[in-house]
Amino acid sequence: MTLPTPPAARSALRPMLHADVTVTRGAMRIAAAFDAAPGHPLAIIGPNGAGKSSLLAAIAGLVPLDAGGVVIGDREVDGLAPDRRRIGMVFQDYVLFPHLSVRDNVAFAARMRGRRSTARTAADPWLERYGLTSLADRLPTELSGGQAQRVALARALAADPEVLLLDEPMSALDVEVRADMRDELATHVREFGGATVIVTHSPADAAALADRVLVLEAGRVTQRGTLDELRAAPATPYVERMLAASAE
Amino acid sequence: MAARPGTTGRLAWPVVAVAALGLALLVLPLAALVLRAPWSDLAGLLARESVLQALLLSFGTALVATALCLLLGVPLAALLARAAGWPTLPRRLLRAAVTVPLVLPPVVGGIALLQLLGRRGPLGSTLEQWFGITVPFTTGAVVIAQVFVALPFLVFAVEGALRTGDRRTELAAATLGASRWQVFRHVTLPLVAPGVAAGAVLCFSRALGEFGATITFAGSLPGVTRTLPIASYLAMQTDPDEAIALALLLLAVSIAVLLLLRDRWLPGVRG
Repeated sequence: MTLPTPPAARSALRPMLHADVTVTRGAMRIAAAFDAAPGHPLAIIGPNGAGKSSLLAAIAGLVPLDAGGVVIGDREVDGLAPDRRRIGMVFQDYVLFPHLSVRDNVAFAARMRGRRSTARTAADPWLERYGLTSLADRLPTELSGGQAQRVALARALAADPEVLLLDEPMSALDVEVRADMRDELATHVREFGGATVIVTHSPADAAALADRVLVLEAGRVTQRGTLDELRAAPATPYVERMLAASAE
Repeated sequence: MAARPGTTGRLAWPVVAVAALGLALLVLPLAALVLRAPWSDLAGLLARESVLQALLLSFGTALVATALCLLLGVPLAALLARAAGWPTLPRRLLRAAVTVPLVLPPVVGGIALLQLLGRRGPLGSTLEQWFGITVPFTTGAVVIAQVFVALPFLVFAVEGALRTGDRRTELAAATLGASRWQVFRHVTLPLVAPGVAAGAVLCFSRALGEFGATITFAGSLPGVTRTLPIASYLAMQTDPDEAIALALLLLAVSIAVLLLLRDRWLPGVRG
């Protein structure tokens, strides 16, 4: 088994994500096209029910596309099953495997490719890097929100994905720890260095975690740019309200 | 909400009276069975050759039937749970087919099994012609009859567990490189293991108590198809003490099942 490339060397090797996605959820049609470059995380921001999570699920292959495509580097992945796409995903409230220990959660991807003992050994450096070694034998129910987030991220990155998707990674955390965890998550996302898309409804998360922002409202892209660009010329009342609320 | 004692908290007395009558109907016969039992001779009665034969046959067949129900029932439960997204008609037909043995008189099940697997049945005649296998009135027939009546208990217990699970864990597994089979094997199955265990226990107790379909389809050959319930029924005509001893034995197994399942008494229902 080859070990993942050291973080510093990665961005240059990692491929770009091109997504042009049309997907239906209930009565709503969600359509968005964007690129995410390695080392330059993109935040998708928008009100509840705008279709942000559906967009991520479609890129990961968890819901079918109505039209469009998903390309990673020169690999067209929209015809592939989720397990062939090499897209890592951190789910909202993390969705750790409740029957597996922290170690076996992080070892899951390696376990799918090999034996239990090899998989556990492969998980050790990830546990160490994410400060989880002392928690390795705990079950997910015995973790705090911040610890669960680390496990979810370690589990996704241990699969050595080319693209990382994070769905509301901060929403399950208590307010007191949120700022610390945000900085920690930003560090890990930088270390990953591949194309990263973060769904959030918080401009503070977007500012800390992403270079650029795409605003999704009712299934449509209403604005894109850096947060500064959005502040200078908010395109919709929602963008204006959101930025005003976060400035307080 | 605080209810004043004597008003909302209390049921009308006729309801309580009828409920007590119902409860008596359930409990008194079993109490009578325990009281009437020939306790002093019990060890001797249970050590009889005919009893041991029936005991061995019953536990053996019920165990094999439970294993078969696990093998067939878990995938069937997975299909049924996934059928939630199907069109109405096939979904209902599938559910009805699985439910039928629960509402069907077991004798009807036995007669139906004979029509399929009997010497002149479409499958029975083929088996006999091609492989020289005769199914009815064999120990194998006992197992088939037990599987027929017990399978729904397992399927519904597992289906209940599958439905309450978070399907996103399966999606998470897929993004981590798990194939559909690996998702089932490493995520779905372990998560429904408690439901599978509860279903297996229910299934075993139903198989152990099977009478109607068994006697119709498998008959009552001592040591071959004469299971505990059949032996108990037949002994009632000749030696009531032996019948009562066998009945006590089956009651003891039922109580053990209740204790095993004390947190979840019925498929899909948590007590």
